[in-house]
Amino acid sequence: MFEYTFQWRQAFRALPQMLEGALVTMQISLLSMVLGITIAVLLAVGRNSKSIWLRAPATTWVEVARNTPALFQIYMAHFGLGSFGIYLSPFVALLAGITFNNAGYLCETFRGALRAIPDTQMRAGRSLGMGPAKAFRLIIAPQMFRIAFLPTTNQMVWAILMTSLGVTVGMNTDLTGVTQALNSRTFRTFELFALAGVIYYCIAKAVMLGARLLAWRLFRY
Amino acid sequence: MFDTALTAGDLWFMMKGAGVTLAITFFAVVGGTLMGVTFGVIRSHVSPWLTLPLVFVLDIFRSVPLLIQLILANAFQAIAGLQISPFTTSCIVLALYTSAYCTEIVRGAIDAVPPVTRRAARSLGLTWGQDMTQVVFPMALRVGLPSWIGLTLGVMKDSALVMWLGIIELLKSSQIIITRLQEPMLILLIAGAIYFALSFPIARLGGHLERKWQEND
Amino acid sequence: MIEIENVHKSFGALKVLKGIDLTVAKGEVVSVIGGSGSGKSTLLTCINGLEPIDSGRIKVDGIEVHARGTDINKLRQRIGIVFQQFNAFPHLTVLENVTLAPRKVKGMGRAEAEEIAVKQLNHVGLGDKIKVYPGRLSGGQQQRMAIARALAMSPAYMLFDEVTSALDPQLVGEVLDTLKLLAEGGMTMICVTHEMGFARDVSDRVAYFESGVMAEIGPPEQIFGEAKNEATRKFLSSVR
Repeated sequence: MFEYTFQWRQAFRALPQMLEGALVTMQISLLSMVLGITIAVLLAVGRNSKSIWLRAPATTWVEVARNTPALFQIYMAHFGLGSFGIYLSPFVALLAGITFNNAGYLCETFRGALRAIPDTQMRAGRSLGMGPAKAFRLIIAPQMFRIAFLPTTNQMVWAILMTSLGVTVGMNTDLTGVTQALNSRTFRTFELFALAGVIYYCIAKAVMLGARLLAWRLFRY
Repeated sequence: MFDTALTAGDLWFMMKGAGVTLAITFFAVVGGTLMGVTFGVIRSHVSPWLTLPLVFVLDIFRSVPLLIQLILANAFQAIAGLQISPFTTSCIVLALYTSAYCTEIVRGAIDAVPPVTRRAARSLGLTWGQDMTQVVFPMALRVGLPSWIGLTLGVMKDSALVMWLGIIELLKSSQIIITRLQEPMLILLIAGAIYFALSFPIARLGGHLERKWQEND
Repeated sequence: MIEIENVHKSFGALKVLKGIDLTVAKGEVVSVIGGSGSGKSTLLTCINGLEPIDSGRIKVDGIEVHARGTDINKLRQRIGIVFQQFNAFPHLTVLENVTLAPRKVKGMGRAEAEEIAVKQLNHVGLGDKIKVYPGRLSGGQQQRMAIARALAMSPAYMLFDEVTSALDPQLVGEVLDTLKLLAEGGMTMICVTHEMGFARDVSDRVAYFESGVMAEIGPPEQIFGEAKNEATRKFLSSVR
């Protein structure tokens, strides 16, 4: 047992490359969140709509996103679309898969937040002479944003962790992809991935801490 | 697309993959829940300072990608010469991963039981153990069960990652068939439908329980 | 002037208003009393168009509230309403709660809006709370803030919908004092209330509602002294 010499120095030499990978990881997760939030709002509107033509596709999206593995969703983007002659690069496929997933979960987050705001708030806004859109923007939306803030930051952490799945479709520029590329040259699997794990941990904690600070600044009530 | 080379044998291969998915999920959730309940009870009864190490370790499982946890565990068992099969390694990692989330669910559910209720139970002469089994657990179950169902389904979906260790579960079995038949969309749709069929009814049940129990409160 | 003519309103099969006629002149204070479910609160939400009506007509300063061409948002600026639930906007400070509508609806500048808001908040006794979030206020203070918020729009009419019903008994007085002050200042008001003392002391006229019908209306001396209607007498003896 343990006839193995750990060679941490080799892993640390790879640190600059891995940190560059971490930047790509952050880039993908941020992009997937921005796109995901935008689509989630549209899906939420669709799911609450009276028209079956809006409700059905939105509901399908949300249920598929929540009831199949994220990896499956990435596979769909990367391999599945090949059936239609559409070949997405690993980067785009990964981004599309995570965005699809984010949008599905965030849609439900936003809908839950909307339900948590009493109807009387809308009424109070309308009674002061605001139109429905103005009352939504000035009164409902800020409160919805606050309720949804923490779940949204959790989703951001999920998005970061999900980017690691890109390696399964050949992604080699994000943190996991870079680590795997190094691994296949050096076979220092444990050292390299342990270091990658620490970096992921730090990113996740930094995002949570940043979100806390932001929440503290934004929501004084 | 419907003119396919897919055979009944291929479908059977995928069903076996789904069986592996379910088996891993089962072991992970059973192990993870046992640990999670233990840790959760400790978390809600022992002072926060004493449980800090436990909290820190469990948090790691929630802040590092599962894929990396699997790779590390597998590399570690190889280094240590433990000769543990990838299947067992996967079950252990997923069980720890499950326990990290389950601990929070259990703690939250126990903390949701009002202290006055517990004091009332103790004032009737119930022992700590009786209070826990007769009062706290039944009440906490209602709070925690919907989240626990969500966790179980989450673990089932996340178990797709064990393919990296060479285990042929549902998604890997589909990938193998795709490589041979070159009909990715059809085969993935079948795999997705299987996942959906396993997950959706239980997810609906969880949502239903949550709504029903909230109404009674 | 608020003119209500033969207004009918139902929620599904339930008829809440069955032909209400009421005219409130400028400067008049009318209190509406009656049991719960008598339709009195619904009438208020119909007056400022928060609820549609089935038939009849409601005119405010000659403008028909429920007519198609009416700019309801514009009309509502002239009709303030305060609800039973305080409906404070939790994400805004007290000052922001009060300046929001003047700025965003009327397009007033910040300085001007704040000047008006501070004046109104002083008026309701919240001058020292302007930087506080509503979550820190008591129910009575939140309700007074809601009154200041409505007044900041300089409405010609104020509607009060059981504004003290959700308050702890010891907080009722401070809110009623605010209403009294307002009435003495000449504001035209319709108050749906369960506070009989307030209705008697402050109102020019008191209306008694029962199951969607205005059973009786008259000066407080008549209603509380020698009510003509049997139901009114019965109701008043039950609440006293």
